[in-house]
Amino acid sequence: MGKTKQILNSDRPLTIEEAYASRPRLWWLYTLILLIVAALLGWSGTSITFKGLATKGITIAQGVGNGLIHPDTGLLFNLTPEGVPYQLLQTVAIAVLGTIIGGILAIPFSFLACDKIVPKWVAVIFRAVILGIRTIPSLVWALVWIRVTGPNAFCGVVTESVCSIGMICKMYINAIEDIDTKILESLDASGCNGFQKIRYGILPQIIPNFISTVIYRFDINVKDATTLGIVGAGGIGAALIQCMNSSRWSMVGAYLCGMVVLMVVIEIFSTRIRSKLARG
Amino acid sequence: MKKKTAEAAYKTPLLDRIIKPRVITLPNGHTVQKPISRTPFIVVIVLAVIYISAKVTGFDFGIIINRGYQLGYILGRIFQPNWSYFGGDAANTAKLFSALFDTIKMSIMGSVIGATLALPIAVLSSTNINKNGVVVWGLRILLMIIRTLPTLIIAKFAALIFGLGTFAGTMAIIVFTFGVVAKMMYESIETIDMGAFEATESFGANKFQSFWSACIPQILPTYLSYCLYSLEMNIRAAAILGYVGAGGLGILINEFIGWRDYESLGAVLLALFVVVFIIENTSQYLRKKLS
Repeated sequence: MGKTKQILNSDRPLTIEEAYASRPRLWWLYTLILLIVAALLGWSGTSITFKGLATKGITIAQGVGNGLIHPDTGLLFNLTPEGVPYQLLQTVAIAVLGTIIGGILAIPFSFLACDKIVPKWVAVIFRAVILGIRTIPSLVWALVWIRVTGPNAFCGVVTESVCSIGMICKMYINAIEDIDTKILESLDASGCNGFQKIRYGILPQIIPNFISTVIYRFDINVKDATTLGIVGAGGIGAALIQCMNSSRWSMVGAYLCGMVVLMVVIEIFSTRIRSKLARG
Repeated sequence: MKKKTAEAAYKTPLLDRIIKPRVITLPNGHTVQKPISRTPFIVVIVLAVIYISAKVTGFDFGIIINRGYQLGYILGRIFQPNWSYFGGDAANTAKLFSALFDTIKMSIMGSVIGATLALPIAVLSSTNINKNGVVVWGLRILLMIIRTLPTLIIAKFAALIFGLGTFAGTMAIIVFTFGVVAKMMYESIETIDMGAFEATESFGANKFQSFWSACIPQILPTYLSYCLYSLEMNIRAAAILGYVGAGGLGILINEFIGWRDYESLGAVLLALFVVVFIIENTSQYLRKKLS
């Protein structure tokens, strides 16, 4: 080892042999990672056992495949509240309201959890609250809120707004911490008052980040809203899970097709808008 | 063919063709155009979308004000966890911890297998390595469809096909991890420096050898960091899979909410909180080391 260091420290360019001899050797690190992963896998394997297919497993798998290839077109283009378009509209509506309310609620939280602005202990308390909100899974939030609002789409809206706070706050805090405060000094020097400093010094720096975060979260919320229906909080999930339980595979296929198309469209649009925001 | 000039290539936005931009003449005789602001239009569209969404979802703030005390009551009980699940009562403790370990095991197993399967697919679906456009786009569309399916729905399918239990949950997590890691990986494979690859090829190495010695060292740290990230996400996801019968903490969550036993629910959530906290911090530490 000593010899390699000596060669690296010398001023002359290395010969090929010397460069090859002084290449980084990380085999022990890789072996360690492999050993740890193998040990974890061995431990995990202890309680995950393949007990064969369920008694109707094959028929169900065939049914799913069939349903996906031949979705129920009547349901797919049905404009009544049971039809796919209305269910999708409701899912998106839940996500829109949930994201907007969550995005607004997150603003005070993130300013209070940023230790550049408030004293350290206040920031720590609010960070703990945000972590707590984030840890409770959205399904549990939905089940708790159902006791308040009853099983309807409004429950989904409230659930999404609370769940969004956690992640949105995390990204808002990053945006706030990245603010360039030198701009405020130069605005001060040119005689701006407090309001002008916020309007021209702070808002232009954080608003694109905030909007980009909210749009990103909207993506996630649409996906979340499709599963909230499982517990009765509105959206397409309720109808989907009912059809799955009663083995009506062509209807399942119709709902899934609608969902896939919706998510792909939303993902394409949100990526476009966000890349536009990032480039200015 | 004549090349288009920059001016001709610039297409005037639709809005500026309908409402002409204001023309300002500068003191030196030049003119500049000031297009009208987009903000009012965006605000109107957003307000309309909000109005429609509120109509569709039956938004009613009164309910929260009138019945909000219910939430306070439930949260109050959740925040007084039932300590008999942490050593107070042997049967309860065993029940909680076996479910907790099932959740952790499911997510570790699922992350490792899913991430391993994702690597070759990610390589095949990155445009700088695989020049075959049909394969690339076929794989990308497949990955996109996999990512749009919610984990709970995949778990429900798996539970119907493989029977209730941890195996179904592991399958769901494998599928989910596969979709996410493969997508993140092909995006970062496309940004690597291909110079080393070409140099190795020019020495006479075949495609696989040059990929192994020129590209793998570049993507390995990113790959490991994505694996850790997916493990973080999977712990959260695995916790609720039990709700559709796929093993882990979700079974307990479902049971306790059904019985309205919110103190025990609090105990489950506390255990989950501790595990998520430990795993997130460990993985964030490791990811910082990797980058």
